[in-house]
Amino acid sequence: MRGVSVAEEIRAEMVANVWKVVVAQGDSVESGDTLVILESMKMEIPVMSESDGTVAALHVSEGDVVQEGDIIAVIE
Amino acid sequence: MFESVLVANRGEIARRVIRTVQRMGLRAIAVHSDVDANMPFVRDADEAMEIGGAAPAQSYRDVDAILEAARRSRAEAVHPGYGFLAENADFARRVQAAGLVWIGPSPDSIAEMGDKINARNLMAAAGVPVSPGTEAPVEDAAAAERAAADIGFPLMVKASAGGGGMGMSVVTDPATLAAEFDRIQAFAARMFGDPGVLLERFFPRVRHVEVQILGLSDGRVVALGERDCSVQRRNQKVAEESPSPGVTPELRQRMLAAAVQAGQAIGYRNAGTVECLADVESGDFVFLEMNTRLQVEHPVTETLLGLDLVEQQLLIAADEPVTFDPEQLTPTGHALELRINAEDPQRFLPGPGAITTWVEPTGDGVRVDSGYAKGTTVSTHYDSLMAKLIVHGIDRDQALDRARGAVAAFQVAGPKCNLPFFAELLDNPEFVSGAYDTGIVARMREPR
Repeated sequence: MRGVSVAEEIRAEMVANVWKVVVAQGDSVESGDTLVILESMKMEIPVMSESDGTVAALHVSEGDVVQEGDIIAVIE
Repeated sequence: MFESVLVANRGEIARRVIRTVQRMGLRAIAVHSDVDANMPFVRDADEAMEIGGAAPAQSYRDVDAILEAARRSRAEAVHPGYGFLAENADFARRVQAAGLVWIGPSPDSIAEMGDKINARNLMAAAGVPVSPGTEAPVEDAAAAERAAADIGFPLMVKASAGGGGMGMSVVTDPATLAAEFDRIQAFAARMFGDPGVLLERFFPRVRHVEVQILGLSDGRVVALGERDCSVQRRNQKVAEESPSPGVTPELRQRMLAAAVQAGQAIGYRNAGTVECLADVESGDFVFLEMNTRLQVEHPVTETLLGLDLVEQQLLIAADEPVTFDPEQLTPTGHALELRINAEDPQRFLPGPGAITTWVEPTGDGVRVDSGYAKGTTVSTHYDSLMAKLIVHGIDRDQALDRARGAVAAFQVAGPKCNLPFFAELLDNPEFVSGAYDTGIVARMREPR
């Protein structure tokens, strides 16, 4: 698959509130960059990109509630 | 003595306070949010009042709603538990202004110790050892870099108004200091409404050891032994034990004396905890912070001394003598507390949910303080603590053995649960040896 662009779906690992959206659609990101910050049970949980690429889609807004498994963003 | 107590909290601590209030023949009044209507602490109370919505700001942090509930239920005293409004000096003042007894330290003590920078300066002046750090809030990243040159790396960037492990960050690489400083300052302003940030030296291989103190109604301050709270993830405690396996009798004596000195310096009354970092190799320790409330882990001390700390709190608040002679206290055996959280046992990420199975262990030396039961729901609005498992043994080996049995017998299904982490911890060679430090959980999760 080398050289071929693969879409990476970033999903929520738990029920949480979306506290902060750090990136915008079209931003280029590196692996480890924070995309959004979730808040659940008095904890802040940064959601990070697992690859280098571009934010192709962003499925959440600040204040949203996400369920475990919901897609937060797509990185291409 | 007052005849009724309103408990301004929820979950396991509300239930635990209610138990003592009722045992003392007093009326226990619970306040609760709408989603907590079926929780055990609401059922246990003699009277319960719904005060608002699930979000803490609409209920457990709503001072007006709580005071109104106190008025309507004709409560005579208020116990704040821990968290929420427990260390809010304004709340304590308003409780007193409403003619109610505040079960806790004076509002002035809460305010003095709640500001971490002020607390450090007060303790240094009282002769308690403190770590190298800033003596006033650091204005901006440039000032932080200047201060860091004196303090040295690694250092801790810490929100002055923070607590519970939130709003702090360790900086090892000087190049990342400015960015971390800005992040913590913004977090502190948003989370605590106070952008004050301090820097202090960070010690990577230390134990987190705290001393339980009690300021009595006759003015004496007594130390009730130490608790070792070095098993932490994300700067938050998950297991505590006493006696600390890393503290020599000589070090214990110095720490207890310093804690009494700290309490005397501010004329402390009621229950409080002096948190320290201890470098076991050098035998040095430094003051970290003082918590002006009952701690989550207070049952460790209760178990070791055979005392009810909530009862002492109520007696002190009523200006009465405590139930024990401070000169005659003898700790017995070894006690260990495990915090049973709704979180996954690998990465410790929260996992709320409805509880479908809940079976608590029983047996010799086993105590469970739980806030939940089968049919209740762990929601995202509150912290992840579901229950505390406390075990007592004649020595550390027996306590660990009883803990292994109790962890295996504890059944929880529905939310995520960290019980498997404790099974792992109780067999971890470093933990079993007793020679561990605050890095133990991170080492257990290092990729092999």
